[in-house]
Amino acid sequence: MIKKPKQLLVPNSEALVNEALKDLGQRIEQPMRRAFLQRALSLGGLSLLSGCAVVDEESVESALLKVSRFNDKAQAWLFDPNRLAPTYPESMITRPFPFNAYYGEDEIREVDEASYRLEVTGLVADKQAWTLAELRTMPQETQVTRHICVEGWSAIGKWGGVRFASFLRRIGADTTAKYVGFKCADDYYTSIDMPTALHPQTLLTLTYDDQPLPPRYGFPMKLRMPTKLGYKNPKHIQAIFVTNTYPGGYWEDQGYNWFGGS
Amino acid sequence: MANTNGLIHPLWVRITHWLNALAVIVLAMSGWRIYDASPFLGFSIPAYLTLGGWLGGAIQWHFAAMWLLTVNGLVYLAANVISRRLFDKFFPLSLSGLFGDLSAALKGKLSHADLNQYNTVQRTAYLFVMLDSVLLVLSGLVLWKSVQFPLLREWLGGYEAARRVHFFGMAGLVAFAGIHLIMVALVPRTLLAMIRGR
Repeated sequence: MIKKPKQLLVPNSEALVNEALKDLGQRIEQPMRRAFLQRALSLGGLSLLSGCAVVDEESVESALLKVSRFNDKAQAWLFDPNRLAPTYPESMITRPFPFNAYYGEDEIREVDEASYRLEVTGLVADKQAWTLAELRTMPQETQVTRHICVEGWSAIGKWGGVRFASFLRRIGADTTAKYVGFKCADDYYTSIDMPTALHPQTLLTLTYDDQPLPPRYGFPMKLRMPTKLGYKNPKHIQAIFVTNTYPGGYWEDQGYNWFGGS
Repeated sequence: MANTNGLIHPLWVRITHWLNALAVIVLAMSGWRIYDASPFLGFSIPAYLTLGGWLGGAIQWHFAAMWLLTVNGLVYLAANVISRRLFDKFFPLSLSGLFGDLSAALKGKLSHADLNQYNTVQRTAYLFVMLDSVLLVLSGLVLWKSVQFPLLREWLGGYEAARRVHFFGMAGLVAFAGIHLIMVALVPRTLLAMIRGR
């Protein structure tokens, strides 16, 4: 797991420096991660094809990426918008529900509720930002579903919030667009396909186990999709945008499969 | 499958055999790296035996080779049924035949004079591998798409049970491969036959 380096900052200049670091950081870190990925894949490629004297490692890598794109299409084709993920009795909830992120528990971001606004941009009619109180006035529902991690483990949890399809319709989103993207307060970002965004079990969650979502599970809000792997479920969401331009994602840009469905 | 020209393995058997071998090596080694991301049996597989370098790379290898295993396996099974090779080569099976051949093998008295004829131990082992591979593909489907294949998921006892089925299915396949390689080393002509066909 790649952990984000800790940034030590003077408190009053924090916002300004943070902004600059964020821009810079993405430019610096991405090529480093890519180099890491290349090295990692090449080693694997070499050990497999060690019989051959000359192996074009980049072509092996690009072939694997092509298959991953093909797997995106295969999964979109397999995805049934009406098929529901299994739900479980509350007695089966995993306690404690595991914490998981690209950083450790000591780096969990604290988001201030009073100043929090959810930004909505892209192909939507109403771009007004949302407060948490406003989101809480929308009809809420809960689900007890299985979270499946790309690492293989799974855990059952209970999430509550607004059905994402209702939210998208409320803001007048173009539901014929290809992607919905997410930017998060912990610098995580990801994106999903529109059919999954409109799935009845896709929830913009505000609670975990009937309590306001704690920071470790993504306060103030997490998009919960029992039809997708854990890394597709963004926490600490700050901005939602609807687009036809492929937005990628934090792990997806490093080689995880983009569709990431289950 | 009596051959006038002395052919033991037709070309399609040899091609699907070697493609399958490649798919199994890639799937097993990348699968071990994926297992290491969350080793539910309490032990990890040494990184030098794994493929992909990290979880994301291993998944890319695994989810590419799965197509090779599946498509190649379907071609093999279809050709096996259509040519009736499946019924001619692997049946009849009997328990007494299995134990008889097994004890003969352990005493070093099992004849390999005619490579065209599989003894009962071979028949059982090869049929096991076919069924085990089908189980691996089905449990793999549940792990990859557990929501989209509800019947398969419930039949295998749910997502977490499917993880175990997939792992032990792999263990069975790797155990077969190990014994298979020892047998080939003991009777090297079989390797030549799988390359040249005779």
